[in-house]
Amino acid sequence: MTRLLLAALLALSALSSPALAVQPDEVLPDPALETRARTISQELRCLVCQNQSIDDSNAPLARDLRLLVRDRLKAGDSDDKVMEYVTDRYGDYVLLRPPFKATTLVLWIGPFAVLLLGAAGTFLFLRGRRGVAAGADTAPLSADERRRLDALLRKDD
Amino acid sequence: MRRLLYLLPFLLFIGVGIAFYLGFERDPRDIPSALIDKPAPTFDLPAIPGQMVQGQPATSGLSSAKLAGDVTLVNVFASWCIPCKAEHPVITRLSREQGVTVYGINYKDKPEDALTWLSRNGNPYAAIGADQDGRVSIDWGVYGVPESYLIDRKGRIRFKHVGPLTPQVVEEQILPMVKHLRQG
Repeated sequence: MTRLLLAALLALSALSSPALAVQPDEVLPDPALETRARTISQELRCLVCQNQSIDDSNAPLARDLRLLVRDRLKAGDSDDKVMEYVTDRYGDYVLLRPPFKATTLVLWIGPFAVLLLGAAGTFLFLRGRRGVAAGADTAPLSADERRRLDALLRKDD
Repeated sequence: MRRLLYLLPFLLFIGVGIAFYLGFERDPRDIPSALIDKPAPTFDLPAIPGQMVQGQPATSGLSSAKLAGDVTLVNVFASWCIPCKAEHPVITRLSREQGVTVYGINYKDKPEDALTWLSRNGNPYAAIGADQDGRVSIDWGVYGVPESYLIDRKGRIRFKHVGPLTPQVVEEQILPMVKHLRQG
């Protein structure tokens, strides 16, 4: 009985699809346009629930923006044109991938700069240590020290 | 000198810590507007269906043509929006006592709900445009009601406030800005 139930559950779960924010009435009849719309929607941030794309979000504004993207595509806009249309109104903030420009330089370059700084620091530190290990700046043993060292080494034999 | 160099990572850490701490003060919902200092979008919204103005059915809603000429405040509101009700007395005071022309954009609202709301709370708006599908509001960069925009005499957006207007925002930001824009 349990087995049968499990099998039925498994069969049912195979039939289900992930919950989509995109409603059936939003989907464009032209599959090529719809694919482009989905790709664009995944790049645009929902301004209400800020860490979701408008493709993922159930917020009413996200739906309005999805419809807007589709309307622009139907009007014959290129993908870049649609992005521009939205950023003209909401700024770079709506882009989930920030553009590379003067104001975002720290964002893009920062991690690499820190990595480089760390690498340089490590290099300098290690080079300094190797210098010590090689005895570059240690004085040679005096006659007295050498005699004591010899005595210690002989004791070991 | 070399000692100081060892302090460097610690000082860097303190600096980054302070920067992040100050970040807590910022409201993540407050997104900078892309439209500041740009002309207000061109639009022509109808009146709320059934709206009466001085006993007559309203003939015109709100269009960009109305915005030029004087310094005005455009307020995006809806009857279903709770903070809108909270800011309503502030808007009313701004319009009736503080001498600022306030226009309304009624955002994605049912006409009957909007009219009931206005008759219950009073109508401080010089004109209202009904944006039922929210498209015009998208042109304004609206992402959450209420939002308020200050428009200068040339019809450019000069200031935006997201969330309910408070007496403090009016005293400290809106009124000085209105005064400045009227002079300029």
